[in-house]
Amino acid sequence: MNFFASLLNSLPSASAQGMIWGIMAIGVYLTYRILDVADLTVDGSLATGAAVCVMLIKGGMDTGLAMVCAFMAGMLAGAVTGLFHTRCRIPAILSGILTQLMLYSINLRIMSNKANTPISVDKYPLLVSSRYVRVVGWNNPLIVLALFVALLIVALYWFFGTERGCSIRATGANRHMAQAQGINTDVNVVLGLMLSNGLVALSGALLGQYSGSADVNMGRGAIVIGLAAVIIGEVLLDKLFRAFALKLLAVIIGAILYYLVLQAVLLLGLNSNDLKLMTALVVAIFLTVPNLKGHLLKPRAKGKEA
Amino acid sequence: MLEIKNVSKTFYPGTINAKTALDNVSLTLNEGDFVTVIGGNGAGKSTLMNAIAGTFAVDQGSICIDGRNITRLPAYRRAAFISRVFQDPMMGTAPTMQIDENLALAARRGSFHGFKWGITKAEKEQYYEELKKLQLGLETRMTSKVGLLSGGQRQALTLLMAALKKPQLLLLDEHTAALDPRTAMKVLTLSQQIVEEHHLTTLMITHNMKDAIAYGNRLIMMDNGHIVLDISGAEKKQLTVSDLLKRFAMVSGEEEVSDRLLLSH
Repeated sequence: MNFFASLLNSLPSASAQGMIWGIMAIGVYLTYRILDVADLTVDGSLATGAAVCVMLIKGGMDTGLAMVCAFMAGMLAGAVTGLFHTRCRIPAILSGILTQLMLYSINLRIMSNKANTPISVDKYPLLVSSRYVRVVGWNNPLIVLALFVALLIVALYWFFGTERGCSIRATGANRHMAQAQGINTDVNVVLGLMLSNGLVALSGALLGQYSGSADVNMGRGAIVIGLAAVIIGEVLLDKLFRAFALKLLAVIIGAILYYLVLQAVLLLGLNSNDLKLMTALVVAIFLTVPNLKGHLLKPRAKGKEA
Repeated sequence: MLEIKNVSKTFYPGTINAKTALDNVSLTLNEGDFVTVIGGNGAGKSTLMNAIAGTFAVDQGSICIDGRNITRLPAYRRAAFISRVFQDPMMGTAPTMQIDENLALAARRGSFHGFKWGITKAEKEQYYEELKKLQLGLETRMTSKVGLLSGGQRQALTLLMAALKKPQLLLLDEHTAALDPRTAMKVLTLSQQIVEEHHLTTLMITHNMKDAIAYGNRLIMMDNGHIVLDISGAEKKQLTVSDLLKRFAMVSGEEEVSDRLLLSH
């Protein structure tokens, strides 16, 4: 059947994109699930990562170093959101929106006031490129990305097992408890947001290379895609994957599945302009279901925190 | 040991809802004191405890522990020498973390969190022994998420955590009020065991007058932001609930207040 042939044909590129967005989704997972802070900075920091990376590579910097710089630029963005939230006491969501808006201007500045900056794999030594997605060899982005993701998960597993990582998890799990254990929760919230946005920017850096351009609008709706990946991963694999490293893997798998489903519905004839509407609706439904369950079981919600 | 001097706290000052929760309160605790605190709703018991723990800044006065002035220290820094068990069993533990991970955090209370591994093998063995002493079977569930435990189990765990790294002061904030009577009894007995075993200086708020008399070596009663009774030693041992009510009526000068107190436990 033609549909399945086409779907199979799009499998490599969907997997590659899924892995790249999966790294972004891990960033979302860190804030949304571990830190319990809804962070909207990601819509801006994704493009920041791409812009920084693409511009630096074009300026002659080593690709790896350019990606490190992208990571640090994302951390800086996260720090701004974190300070808005903890020092200025602005609600987390609003803090993220403010940074995100600031980043729109900053991203344009980074790209010398251009909305789009192309980068060709012919001229520059890019780490991943969509051009090689069907090539058998070490430059195939699927192999590179799989290794990259594996390393990242190991690194995060290590970090969240350390004393500092544990204290960040405690901060997200219960601020009262964390403070009672002598943990400076403000510092940890800032650290968590920095790490998260660093990963998002890293994902942007990979995406810019993979797609061959950095675009000021590439992060629009990223938070929703990230949430979709997190939720798909949880719904399908929560029972199976209990260890922390596996939960991160579930997020990556969630992102890959998201892109596969995306390809499938596009092949079935969905207008690609309606995609964001569909994605947001699906996420809204999945976020609603657990709350409805809670309402039915407990007729009265517990009192708000003081 | 703990020295509270002329501490006052008014909530919503300058508004129609202004409420003076602590009015020039002074209190000195000696090393090893186990003080129970009683008083009606709104008497200022919890405000006193929050002031000591650093939940908010006091309007005036000073709080010192072992001669160190901690009045301006944020709550998380006071945690280095004060540990606390809350009324709400949900508040003292991290529900999405494992039992042993919660204990490991408590063992590092107030110390710097670096990049060393968050929990060591030797610690796990130590926690196994400590949990065994609780006799709740928690030692066999060390890798379970704390969110799966009952309220009583969580309070017992929080108590263990509070004493794991010996604090200079232990604050028990009506920590059995949310439990059913049998569990409350068990947790209370456990509290006493832990306090005695580690010789902890303790401040315990309770709504139950019998408990306030039965536990500790000193009892204070609060009313309207003041400490109105402070009984210790032999006098406290002979105290009965009706004594307490009579004396309360005498110091506060109100007869009906005793009903308020009685009803509230």
